[in-house]
Amino acid sequence: MIVEIGHIALIMALIVALVQATIPMIGAARGDGRLMAVASTAAGAQWVFIVIAFLSLMNAYVTSDFSVFNVASNSHSAKPMLYKIAGVWGNHEGSLVLWVLILATFGGAIVLFGGNLPPALRARVLSVQALIAVGFLSFSLFTSNPFERVFPAPLDGNGLNPLLQDPGLAFHPPFLYLGYVGFSVAFAFAIAALIEGRVDAAWARWVRPWTLIAWSFLTIGIALGSWWAYYELGWGGWWYWDPVENASFMPWLAGTALLHSAIVCEKRDALKAWTVLLAIVAFSLSLLGTFLVRSGVLTSVHAFATDPARGVFILGFLIFVVGGSLTLFAVRAPLLKAGGLFAPVSREGGIVLNNLLFSAAAATVLLGTLYPLFIDALGAGKVSVGPPYFNTVFIPLMAPLIVLAGIAPMLAWKRADLTGVIARIKIVAAVTVLVLLWSVYRAWGNAVFGAFGIGLSAWLASSVLFDWAVRIRLFRVSALDSLQRAIRIPRAAYGMSLAHFGVALLVAGVTASSAWRTEAIQVMRQGETISVAGFEFLFHGVVRAEGPNYTADRGHFTVTRAGGLVAELWPENRFYPVQQQPTTEAAIHTTWLADLYVVVGDPDGQGGWSTRVYYNPLVPWIWLGAMVMALGGAVSLSDRRHRVGAPNRRRRRLMAGEPAAEVAR
Amino acid sequence: MTRKKRRLYTLIGAMVLLSAATALVIGAFRDNLVFFFSPTEVAEKGIEAGQRIRMGGLVEEDSVIRDADGLTVHFRLTDLSHTIMVTYRGILPSLFREGQGVIVQGQLDAPTHFIADEIMAKHDENYMPPEVAEALKKSGQWKGGNE
Repeated sequence: MIVEIGHIALIMALIVALVQATIPMIGAARGDGRLMAVASTAAGAQWVFIVIAFLSLMNAYVTSDFSVFNVASNSHSAKPMLYKIAGVWGNHEGSLVLWVLILATFGGAIVLFGGNLPPALRARVLSVQALIAVGFLSFSLFTSNPFERVFPAPLDGNGLNPLLQDPGLAFHPPFLYLGYVGFSVAFAFAIAALIEGRVDAAWARWVRPWTLIAWSFLTIGIALGSWWAYYELGWGGWWYWDPVENASFMPWLAGTALLHSAIVCEKRDALKAWTVLLAIVAFSLSLLGTFLVRSGVLTSVHAFATDPARGVFILGFLIFVVGGSLTLFAVRAPLLKAGGLFAPVSREGGIVLNNLLFSAAAATVLLGTLYPLFIDALGAGKVSVGPPYFNTVFIPLMAPLIVLAGIAPMLAWKRADLTGVIARIKIVAAVTVLVLLWSVYRAWGNAVFGAFGIGLSAWLASSVLFDWAVRIRLFRVSALDSLQRAIRIPRAAYGMSLAHFGVALLVAGVTASSAWRTEAIQVMRQGETISVAGFEFLFHGVVRAEGPNYTADRGHFTVTRAGGLVAELWPENRFYPVQQQPTTEAAIHTTWLADLYVVVGDPDGQGGWSTRVYYNPLVPWIWLGAMVMALGGAVSLSDRRHRVGAPNRRRRRLMAGEPAAEVAR
Repeated sequence: MTRKKRRLYTLIGAMVLLSAATALVIGAFRDNLVFFFSPTEVAEKGIEAGQRIRMGGLVEEDSVIRDADGLTVHFRLTDLSHTIMVTYRGILPSLFREGQGVIVQGQLDAPTHFIADEIMAKHDENYMPPEVAEALKKSGQWKGGNE
């Protein structure tokens, strides 16, 4: 019964979305306030219906109602509760319901925080949002209904793919979707602005916080996915340039560019058309990501849908959204008059270069990801574009970006004095050179690439710290005075510094773990010891262990260094009888400066086990860096200037002709 | 600086960057594209030794042999009409089984001997990589139901 209520609620949500997509749009065109007001009511109703649908599906999972086809094929009564809940979005149909739930939640948030938006803009934004909802709701209802029943109900379900039964991955999809769908708000604002033919500083102020939210969540989502790949797939790597990874990375690159260009749009009234275009591109790439991952054109753990009807539907929707919005952009963009002028050497100039580099990077990733699909579609054979392509292309594009990120925040708006800034950053340059020399020395005979990457990281990190020290006049005025200055720096500035510092951590982690990783593969017998990077790994053998829904071969290692105990490690090889599927569970000990990573393979039949031991220097900094970046986003978001709704109040006051000093507050 | 000049500089900058990116992409593509072949294609087309390729097929039953070092594995990869010997050193993926579909990446060192540096076996028991399924269809040995 509850399942049917959920089904009806989903249908109701579609009907409401249809109303919300049309009536307010007509109202905005006619200037009819009553028709426009429908948008807020409809957005609220749509949210309620989708919440009902989502909860009833979750209820079916939690109570293991196997008369629901979706539950029967993706859940199992013996599964731990966390994975029963996470199982809701661990499959194609359920993940779509999560998608629309997040979309409706963003719609509701616009209503909640959008009290100060001009009514026409709000109506249009909500209408565009609803149009996206119509697409996804009908996709869900017509091709991938999660509430379909099965008769007779099976006694037990097929279970969730064991690879996905993992805490890191349980929360990976919601975060990723919060990012993907979050860009729909920027997209809706862009479309609304194109219809109105007007983009101003207030518009940019509105778009920024939503982009920040989406970007922060996407950062966390990607980091969780890569962390999972690191400890679950058992090959010691954390990024493979897999098409599925790229699918989430491309919107991130475009979103990062958008985040920066929106600042120029707000502060300098420039780059308007470009910012609108980036908003369209970021969301289009999110849709493309959803399409690539969900349609089954790519094969991976994510490819749930293999039904061609679904692929055709998403492709059609993708063409409609991307084609439609780009056509609208081509027609209306000339209306967006360019604003302020600026010199190439200025904060804006730096951000333009940042945007060019990010766009180029996104384009190369897109090309590498889609190329095999094109070749295959043309029938010209099967090819794969592997990590070497992406590394050769991506690193040369990112390196100048990091150099830039070290300088640009110190440049003034409008016109800056580059020589002055260079003279000021002598200390930063000195730190960079020192660290570079040190890492060349450490890496003697090893990759120059490593030293170079560490140098870049040091450059960015020291520049962030130096910039902060200059701002608070550290050691030039009294400590108390400095502290007061530190408190007065806006949170948005702290957010930027944190995010850039996070990038520096990430770069250090990426570089060190790729350049100086040590790996040892061997067969070990009980009592044998292997030495890797100065650590002694003593193997105690393998025992059989029982988990809640699996059995495992559990290895045991004692790690010592110079006689002192470092860690006990228990890597596992699990076998899930329901799915008849094995998984590898690496055992990891982290010192925060490095990870010790152990995997047990197969027995050799003579009492030995194949084992793999990695020493991964600085690898935890990758995820630490990503978290610091997301934290930067959150801090920036807490800045009062970013509080949604603020810009409009300001504009109205401007119109009322209040003194400028009052406005600036 | 006038608006026109600024626009010109931005445009020139963008063009330079675009050409640099294009050069990078073309260079990287030339060196790093990996083509996929079935054992039949490898046997018939005469792939050069040393060229990096991917090959997909079934691990032939009772063909897996382990060397005394416990890490080097030899097996025969087949699309049921042609067979290529594969050698790999390292830990096999946990889903690697005789009779299962796998994709190997590496190079030929003799016309029918393949040195793999990577073995991909994903998904569950019933899963067959689409490339492998297609290779089997091409050799006329496909027995699966769906599609």
